Amino acid sequence: MKEHVLVILPHPDDESFGVAGLIAQKRKAGIPVTYACGTLGEMGRNMGNPLFANRESLPIIRKKELEDACRAMDVQDLRMLGLRDKTIEFEDDEELADMMEEIIDNVEPTLIVTFYPGFAVHPDHDACGAAVIRALKRRPIEKRPVTYCLAFSNNRFEKIGDPDITINITDVADIKLQALKAHRSQTEGMLKQMEEKLLNNDPEAKHWFEQETYYTYKWEDREK
Amino acid sequence: MKPITKQAVQAYLEQFLNKTVYIHLETTTGAYSAHKNESNMTVVAFIRNTKVTYHQAKITGNGPYRVGLKMNEGWIYAEGLTDWVYNDENQLLMAGHNSEGQLAIALQISEKPFQY
Repeated sequence: MKEHVLVILPHPDDESFGVAGLIAQKRKAGIPVTYACGTLGEMGRNMGNPLFANRESLPIIRKKELEDACRAMDVQDLRMLGLRDKTIEFEDDEELADMMEEIIDNVEPTLIVTFYPGFAVHPDHDACGAAVIRALKRRPIEKRPVTYCLAFSNNRFEKIGDPDITINITDVADIKLQALKAHRSQTEGMLKQMEEKLLNNDPEAKHWFEQETYYTYKWEDREK
Repeated sequence: MKPITKQAVQAYLEQFLNKTVYIHLETTTGAYSAHKNESNMTVVAFIRNTKVTYHQAKITGNGPYRVGLKMNEGWIYAEGLTDWVYNDENQLLMAGHNSEGQLAIALQISEKPFQY
């Protein structure tokens, strides 16, 4: 089957923080990447540093930033799902899964990247990941694409162990930085601090541009 | 947005007196508050596009500021407001930003529903 990556995450910038390295490598290899982004991050707290956005202008600004980040990563198929920041977990679960199923059926990806439900801290992250898993579970197990999940809750190691996938992204670190920079309203202040840390060889800051880690989702269906 | 000047905001608050208006009221610690420090709580609330009519309005304090709107059957209250703008959509946006410029509270008033 022809390779095609489908990334499904709820907020503009989730992809740049978590998946930009993987996306950039796939694109460099000529593999198509579709990014389905759930919301426009309407409820973000960061308004630019110095301040340039407000609650009403933020979604318009973040939409543009999302498009710029996709350009930086060379993502050519960006889909905006029209959900609203902070409300995903309150949508109807089956309808949400329908939405994800439609995209999955349409793209027929060989690899999906989403958040690990229950281990992704933000309620939107968990709900987005859960909807993707729910949609995939509607398929027979052998028809489900490999699914990489992002997890960063503090209890993840205790509950689900170490991530089984680690990719070295140093060859595309510059693209990841450009993607993060594109989300200026959200990242400018943080990146200023990070640049200083990088200069001081801070291991945590370096980690962002050296590797990305994922958990391959383990299907736990009783029946085959 | 710009730093609040009380007289200017007071005048705009009064512009909406006795009209049917849409309110956006929000306060947030950020969704990662407890994740970053387990002794913190994550507390977030918002209500958007609720239709109300108020007949009295005041901005008080010396900065950050407080706003109270009196309705026939209740009150709307916000504390910690630092910045404001009256935008092209004729909406009065007030917000409180912390020292890192992050939004901690917002109170917004509009005669038509807020978009998005």
